[in-house]
Amino acid sequence: MLTKEEIYQKVREVLMDALAVDEEEVRPDATLVGDLGAESIDFLDIVFKLEKAFNIKIPRGELFPEDILTNPQFVKDGKFTEAGLEELRKRMPFAELDQFARNPLVQDFANLLTVADMCRFVELKLQQQGG
Amino acid sequence: MRWYWIDRFIEFESGRYAKAVKNVSLAEEHLHDHFPGYPIMPPSLIIEGVAQTAGLLVGEYNQFKMKVVLAKVPRAVFYHEAKPGDTLIYTATIDAIHPHGAAVHATSHLGDKLQAELELVFAHLGDEFAGRQLFRPGTLTHMMRILRAYEVGRAADGSPLVEPPDDRDAP
Repeated sequence: MLTKEEIYQKVREVLMDALAVDEEEVRPDATLVGDLGAESIDFLDIVFKLEKAFNIKIPRGELFPEDILTNPQFVKDGKFTEAGLEELRKRMPFAELDQFARNPLVQDFANLLTVADMCRFVELKLQQQGG
Repeated sequence: MRWYWIDRFIEFESGRYAKAVKNVSLAEEHLHDHFPGYPIMPPSLIIEGVAQTAGLLVGEYNQFKMKVVLAKVPRAVFYHEAKPGDTLIYTATIDAIHPHGAAVHATSHLGDKLQAELELVFAHLGDEFAGRQLFRPGTLTHMMRILRAYEVGRAADGSPLVEPPDDRDAP
């Protein structure tokens, strides 16, 4: 079983490689999109690299449940509804959602994930897969 | 005129890897200007050829039913120049293939020399592109035929690769 520190180091390496950023930029609180400049297509690359680095399988929508965005029950007038936030908490237990929930604009959703969230995501995957 | 940057497949194993030949010729006009008096194959067009090798491999995996586009080139390192008269061998290997895309690593060899190393990420375009056509029906199987993929290709079970009927091509 990898320690938290080992997971963090490997996640950093994946992000440095996929986003061509320097080591010091990849801090736990850095957001992937805003701080590290990830574009949507980079998430595909990141998913492949995480799978390889940790020998895990990441099904579509698990890291980024984009289907929620098009469900009118969960999103209304460009904002997540209470039910939508509840769904996000259920589907993204690895993400720090408290601050986002204060003003849950859909346009800010893409910039939600941080490096620390990615580490928690990998930890959960490893636990699920008994790694 | 078509945008062909490989000449033929020499190996093609469905869902796993493909090997293609690119003969660099001074008859190719782009070499007259790249560079005047010093013709070398532009690395960007080597990437394109490798992407065609890999893209057809990824597309064939789903019988060309998915819309496959080159999304990202995470890595492309060139060690040697390729000049007129050189034969490049591109080898593309699928690392992972998902409903949303594929990761491929590839090499270009000049004889025994490693000429370039690449990583490519392909995306399968989703429902938001439903109804849009990337290629005319039959284009990709036509390309596979011209490049002789069905002469050398193998299906995943080792049997000869069979050309799909035209109506299954190009969504």
